Amino acid sequence: MMEPIYQLSNLQKIYEGRTVVDIEHLEIEPGEILAVVGPSGAGKSSLLRMLNFLEYPDNGELRYQSKPVTPNLPIEVRRQVTTVFQHPALLHDSVENNIRYGLKLRGQSDSTDQVHSVLERMGLVALRKAQARTLSGGEAQRVALARAMVLRPAVLLMDEPTANLDPYNVGLIEEVARQINQEMRTTIILVTHNVFQARRLSSRVALMLNGRIIEIAPTHSFFENPTDPRTRAFVQGEMIY
Amino acid sequence: MPEFEVFVGAKHPQTPQIRGLFIFSYVVMEQLWDGIREGLRLFFTGDPILWEIILLSARVSGIALVLSSVLGVPLGALLGLNRFKGRRLVQAIVYTGMGLPPVVVGLAVYILLSQGGILGPLNLAWVPKLFTVPAMIVAQVIIATPMIIGYTMSAVAEVNPDLRLQVRSLGATRLQTTLAVLREARLGVVVAIVGGLGSIISEVGAVMMVGGNIDGSTRVLTTAIMLETRRGNLDLAIGLGIVLLLLSFLINFGVTQLQGKGK
Repeated sequence: MMEPIYQLSNLQKIYEGRTVVDIEHLEIEPGEILAVVGPSGAGKSSLLRMLNFLEYPDNGELRYQSKPVTPNLPIEVRRQVTTVFQHPALLHDSVENNIRYGLKLRGQSDSTDQVHSVLERMGLVALRKAQARTLSGGEAQRVALARAMVLRPAVLLMDEPTANLDPYNVGLIEEVARQINQEMRTTIILVTHNVFQARRLSSRVALMLNGRIIEIAPTHSFFENPTDPRTRAFVQGEMIY
Repeated sequence: MPEFEVFVGAKHPQTPQIRGLFIFSYVVMEQLWDGIREGLRLFFTGDPILWEIILLSARVSGIALVLSSVLGVPLGALLGLNRFKGRRLVQAIVYTGMGLPPVVVGLAVYILLSQGGILGPLNLAWVPKLFTVPAMIVAQVIIATPMIIGYTMSAVAEVNPDLRLQVRSLGATRLQTTLAVLREARLGVVVAIVGGLGSIISEVGAVMMVGGNIDGSTRVLTTAIMLETRRGNLDLAIGLGIVLLLLSFLINFGVTQLQGKGK
């Protein structure tokens, strides 16, 4: 059996005296697509920031590839993980240069082929010289995914990547995420409000509520035989608190 | 003055007071106009005295600007990007520095460098002497640096905070993140540097006090304008004034062009 890529134990994140993430135990397997669902304010995005080493737990332990995560984590390890956020923050530059940015940070200046292949896959070739600020929401999100994909990360975190996008862009982004997972064996952790998207994409689903993992199960079981009444309510589209 | 007689005679009654006022105004305007013509001639024919002053001004303010930018841009980025204890106090000091009267800076540098002052008597090799170009540069650096820090701080703070998070998520080190934010805030940083230049190229108090306005050695545009006006050489004073205005216009035009490109 493979070692989990992430191990969380008694992990807590506290903002201004309020515990926003409180996870007793969670293991994430390499190569899986884990969807984290739950209402707003459940702590999903805070969890992703810790998994991307952008923030650190206040209590408990987070291990990545069996090593404890601390602020002194080597940059080579940090660079194995990246996030596509809900609102793509693009640089004031061309589409092509935005996609090349992460490679440049890694000192990979000769990256034309890689960038071109990603541009093609994301349907962005015609826009490659366009300024990022002129793009529509869907195009900008495709650039954000392309920028992450070109880095071939070990872990791709996606925070509501298709919220407010049209069906074409939703379909394209989901398809590319699936391909990244299958071809590169990239572990994907997807935070979403959209239970249908979680069902379409993931191999496991976790429900988060008030910072805690209420239930985690393979996708089929999660939707067909939920054990917790709150999960049952959530998958049926009811409000849970 | 036939035109003048016609003009005055047609519009106004011939009272001695009004007539005197108009004659005075006419003389002043004519002198001013002659000054502008002569100033432009001196400028465009490459008058050696005028150009010596222009080049010295460019040298003093140019070196001061480079030093102030090297100090001010990173410090402004540091203050704009980081939260630490005492940050507000540091900000208040920077804002105070932005409003420092140049004469007070001149006085402080004078006290610091004069032989009866703090550093002057130590005769250290790296301490500039009073009434030299390096002393003027020190004064101008003190004036421009807070200006550049303050404007850079604001420019950096206005960059979308999500971008910093995104850049870090893409694998940027702390330095790479700062550089990315500075790049995003580049127009604001350019405005900061231009603001710094504006504050020193046109100031007269500090360079007069620590430079002494010595002919061929520490005479710059502003001190020369003062001197030539006092001497009654309005043509040269106006020529120098035109150069200052032109410089100011070119700088501002450059900034507006840059701002246009950024939108």
